[in-house]
Amino acid sequence: MTTNTTVLDVKNLWVSYATDDGALNTVRNVTMKIARGEIYGLVGESGSGKTTLARALVRYLPRNGSISSGSISLGGVDLLALSQRELRKVWGARVTMVHQDPSKAINPSIPVGDQIAEMARTHLGMSRAQAKNKALEMLEKVQLPDPESVAARYPHQLSGGMLQRILIATALTTNPQFLIMDEPTTALDVTTEAVILDLVRDLLREYETAVLYITHNLGVVARICDRVGVMYAGELMEEGNIQQVFKQNYHPYTLGLLGCVPRIDASKHDIDLHTIPGHIPRPNALPDGCIFAPRCAMAEDACRKERPSLTEISDGHFTACRRWSEVADNIHIIAKDKSEEEEIDMSEIPLLLDARNIEKQFKVRRSGLSNIFAWKPDIVRAVDNMSIRVRKGATMGIVGESGCGKTTFARCIAGFESATSGDIFLNGEALPYSIKDRSKSTLKKIQLVFQNPDASLNPQHPVGQSVGRPLALLGNVLQSEIDQRVRELFEAVNLPADYVHRLPHELSGGEKQRVAIARAFAANPELMILDEPISSLDVSVQASLMNLLAELQKEKGVSYLFISHDLAAVRHLSDWIAVVYLGRIWEIGSAQDVFSPPYHPYTEALLSAIPIPDPNIHQERIRLQGSVPSAVNIPSGCRFHTRCPRKIGAICETESPTWQNVNRFHSICCHIPLEELNKLQAPITVEEREQP
Amino acid sequence: MIAYILRRLGMILLTLLAASIIIFSVTQLLPGDVAQVILGQFATPEAVANLRAELGLDRPIVVQYFDWLIRFIQGDWGTSMVSRMEVRPMVMARLRNSLMLASVAILMYVPLGILLGVISAIKEDGMADQLISGISMAFAGLPEFVTGLLLIGLLAVSFDFLPANSSIEPDTPFREAFQYLILPAITVSLTSLGYISRMTRSSTIDVLRSDYTRAADMKGLPRWQVLTKHVLRNSLLPTVTVVALGIGWLIGGLIVTESVFGYPGIGRLLVYSIQRRDVISIQAISMVIVTIYSFSNLIADILYGILNPRIRLGG
Amino acid sequence: MQSAQPAKPVPASRMARAFKRLRRYPATLFGFAVVGIFFLMAIFGPMVAPYKFSDQKLINKLKPASAEHLFGTDQFGRDIFSRILTGSRDVFSIAGSGTVLAVLLGLTLGLLSGYLGGMADEFLMRLMDVLLSIPPLLLAMIILGTVGPSRLNIVLVVGFLYIPMVSRVVRSVVLDIKTREFVEAAKMRGESNFYILFREILPNVLPPLAVEASMRFSYSIFLVASLGFLGLGVQPPSPDWGMMVSEGRTWFNLAPWVLLYPAGTIALLVVGVAFMSDGLRRMLLPGGVSN
Ligand code: SF4
Ligand code: SF4
Repeated sequence: MTTNTTVLDVKNLWVSYATDDGALNTVRNVTMKIARGEIYGLVGESGSGKTTLARALVRYLPRNGSISSGSISLGGVDLLALSQRELRKVWGARVTMVHQDPSKAINPSIPVGDQIAEMARTHLGMSRAQAKNKALEMLEKVQLPDPESVAARYPHQLSGGMLQRILIATALTTNPQFLIMDEPTTALDVTTEAVILDLVRDLLREYETAVLYITHNLGVVARICDRVGVMYAGELMEEGNIQQVFKQNYHPYTLGLLGCVPRIDASKHDIDLHTIPGHIPRPNALPDGCIFAPRCAMAEDACRKERPSLTEISDGHFTACRRWSEVADNIHIIAKDKSEEEEIDMSEIPLLLDARNIEKQFKVRRSGLSNIFAWKPDIVRAVDNMSIRVRKGATMGIVGESGCGKTTFARCIAGFESATSGDIFLNGEALPYSIKDRSKSTLKKIQLVFQNPDASLNPQHPVGQSVGRPLALLGNVLQSEIDQRVRELFEAVNLPADYVHRLPHELSGGEKQRVAIARAFAANPELMILDEPISSLDVSVQASLMNLLAELQKEKGVSYLFISHDLAAVRHLSDWIAVVYLGRIWEIGSAQDVFSPPYHPYTEALLSAIPIPDPNIHQERIRLQGSVPSAVNIPSGCRFHTRCPRKIGAICETESPTWQNVNRFHSICCHIPLEELNKLQAPITVEEREQP
Repeated sequence: MIAYILRRLGMILLTLLAASIIIFSVTQLLPGDVAQVILGQFATPEAVANLRAELGLDRPIVVQYFDWLIRFIQGDWGTSMVSRMEVRPMVMARLRNSLMLASVAILMYVPLGILLGVISAIKEDGMADQLISGISMAFAGLPEFVTGLLLIGLLAVSFDFLPANSSIEPDTPFREAFQYLILPAITVSLTSLGYISRMTRSSTIDVLRSDYTRAADMKGLPRWQVLTKHVLRNSLLPTVTVVALGIGWLIGGLIVTESVFGYPGIGRLLVYSIQRRDVISIQAISMVIVTIYSFSNLIADILYGILNPRIRLGG
Repeated sequence: MQSAQPAKPVPASRMARAFKRLRRYPATLFGFAVVGIFFLMAIFGPMVAPYKFSDQKLINKLKPASAEHLFGTDQFGRDIFSRILTGSRDVFSIAGSGTVLAVLLGLTLGLLSGYLGGMADEFLMRLMDVLLSIPPLLLAMIILGTVGPSRLNIVLVVGFLYIPMVSRVVRSVVLDIKTREFVEAAKMRGESNFYILFREILPNVLPPLAVEASMRFSYSIFLVASLGFLGLGVQPPSPDWGMMVSEGRTWFNLAPWVLLYPAGTIALLVVGVAFMSDGLRRMLLPGGVSN
């Protein structure tokens, strides 16, 4: 940032793929520059061409892909003029890459240290011993404890966060001019992500590398990037520095994307999320004029005639919108305030689900040399004494990181797993643990929407049949009535009626999830368990699904048990929130209370870690070190003590903390007195916008 | 790791036990009486009854089974009902010959199969791949008696290049036997070659498409280094197991091929024994084959465990 | 990440697309054609054969191919072409019925084993392991050597031998499908086991099963031909291809065609089936499931 030498200079780049349907131009006319020491964020939804662009930049395209025109210069070298052999000398030396899923991007059968050292040997001409030292040095750089022992390990012996550090270390070994990071934290938990992002930011300052940071997460961009380019359907829509793009954007798509992201300080009662109607066009079916026109709220006839090109409006701020100057005036299209909704006294609402002291243990056998005679299996305490209540027509959000037991808990409620102990009451009536022992009428009352839309619909059944089946099961229903109901349900989830005959593979992910929601509602349930229903989808699709869920809830009075790792989504949809760590709840209360001080130290860390798409947000920098202990050897005392940044001393290690009530509904389980917590902790705030 | 080996070993012993039950019961179901077969059609009923008693055939079948099994394990495999010779030395001599043939074949088809598979994978869907895949699929499908006879026709008869008949003396030393081994070995190899190359191809393609191969490419390592160090190390791992499983094929191939070439191996002996209904020999030969097959799988499993850090180090 | 992805066009039909892809693989087309021709041959061959397969004309023995005897004659002066035509019916019916038997039993066991899980699964799979521990040809030989090689016995043996392979494939698909969310959704709305097994799971088992069946068919032909060669196939006077090859060996120097035509026929059919099965795999399992 201090110097302004251009490292990467791309001009009018076109990339196309040869497919059965002819040539597809997936990246069109992209021009961009990245300077030394600059972190350039490239955001876009799936299908935007961002990954293709990244691979084209280093000329590492799949066999059927090619660069059809344009130029790429890296540090003054014309990359397109290089032979394959010369290119390999550039790869690894002048440009490196950090891939998305660290557990897949590292060779499983080579010790990780060797995989860093081979970089040094190939490009720095080091001897075996020198390279080994270099590897250790790099491991230290990325703050891995005990580099010697880490270097000798294989990937399966290390956690995701550690592996991602190793990938970063590898990429920086040769001190490259240019680094591409492709969704490097997407596969990680939010607290790990925060630590890695800090590390990346610090290291890159030190190395002064030019970085292309690809992500779908606007919050991550706001946290670590200097400049940002917004891609849509293969073209750049807007480009500028962080303040320009986040605070004074000139493109309706950027504005729309920002409006899709749920906010940490508002819920479904306060706002509707913005949605972007329609789909990204396929590269072989682009509209004539502005490619965003079919989905743009500000489109007018002139937009559909001629395609606007990316133009510089002010100092480094580019947009591909004709009506850029009016975008700021249209801010209302994304902020749908509904604060006039009246508050209801929640304690008045009757309980629907009352789950008490649920425990679930699994037995696993250990393998390995030392365990030949360990015939006694290990006990995994996946869920260890969790209690929650869900009120009628309300949403209980359960939030926690992967492996915390939230999904197992939900599956116990649903009856897929038989709880080891505890009580489940629905409408005051005790439910058997297993789905096999529950009556048909009870089964109907609880429905589930799953995470993976691909797996939740039978690929061999037309989707209409999937939705109609729960109705047919009721018996005594005429086929014509079923068809009628299916049409209604499709309408309720905003799917065209003629979709009923389609097979799942003919639908997009968001559409499949709508079908899954329709199917769940077909049974007219009282409790709907939503297990990460939106996590695998793009932000704009997420937003429309969250709106849909909120709307359906209001209409049908159904209760939701919403399981998610995404704090903002949980905040948006939930009336109540429970925070889970290592199989237990640590804080529970109304959504608003849980997300404002006093917090449990773990909640506080989560809130501080979550990337918020606003460059001016102020979050305390609280980071969790290490990784979650295994559910086999749960730490003594407060089970969070191994990582708790606020740990007060030996008492945390020896004694289990007890519940403290903040108010009638809000409780925290920690040794630190509430007044103390209140004093220590700060709410998340947004600074007023500085005028550029 | 040791636990792993012990577990595998236990499994295999149990499997062998079960297989021995199958073999014993199948052969004991023989219509017609073993004693009758030995003595011929015209023997008196008394003579047959005497021989039955002598052979222990009048005892309950379970007792006979355990008696047979225990003797087999002790190395007493009985006397052939046809040649009246001890079965064990005969089987062992033939086994040596078959192992000789099998080794030559394995040395041919395993390296070649791997090589072709890897080339195929690297050139996925290209000309070379289609050619290799097509040809190896064709060969994999051809019964050995077809390829064997065609080879004889082509190489031995037409060009007088190699001996067409391999009916050598059972105890010919390897050095002398070698030239007789080549054609049968090629014959057996052709079937297994396709199998090895197809499996290698598919595992290599998987690895070539993996993120870590891409990452290795992007590290700018020379292509051959990416291939040898990153790709093959992972893609050839399953090949260890594939080769061992292929031994089952190989054995089938040997039985047919030895018959085609008149080679004095265990397969030829088996065919002969079946034609003569020599139950005692059939049982012994079957047990030997099954044991070898099982143990080659055990060795492959152990090797796989040693080569794969996930199993070696647990986790 | 999924999905604000481009609106997917509805493909005209899955099969049409599959065929479009197929055109790039001439070997597959060849395979389908060969199998088709042989199939017709098996049905109509014996009717259109110029001679009866057992007609002997000793003066005419060991004659090379001519207009009268397309593939020449054998040591008894029988018309080889007619014998091959007639023999094709046995090959198809025996290998075919054997395959069908193996597929039906394997499917049943695989479904049960995969769906029930637990002890039943463990028991069945160990049983399959035992069967697999004996090389197929060896087991076939000792069984047929014992009970005698009648048509029915060969069919039963082929069917029996290939149960483990089929049931393993089915089981692995069931295990995969069983944990998919759509099956859980079905349980959630109280569907019967019957519905889940046959309506939710079975349709997903069929495509890989079809591929497996075609492969089994090619192995069955291989096995039946080899057994014939070893004298454990359909017994004379029926014209068994493997047997024809075996007998032809005696006359090889004198009249190679006695051996070559049946051997070539076997080769063509086996290769055809293998190519067809590979093509089916490409069409039905585009994800590229390896064996
Ligand atoms: S040019 Fe028109 S259609 Fe395109 S983004 Fe701007 S306002 Fe919308
Ligand atoms: S009890 Fe101690 S360790 Fe646990 S959360 Fe509170 S301060 Fe942290």
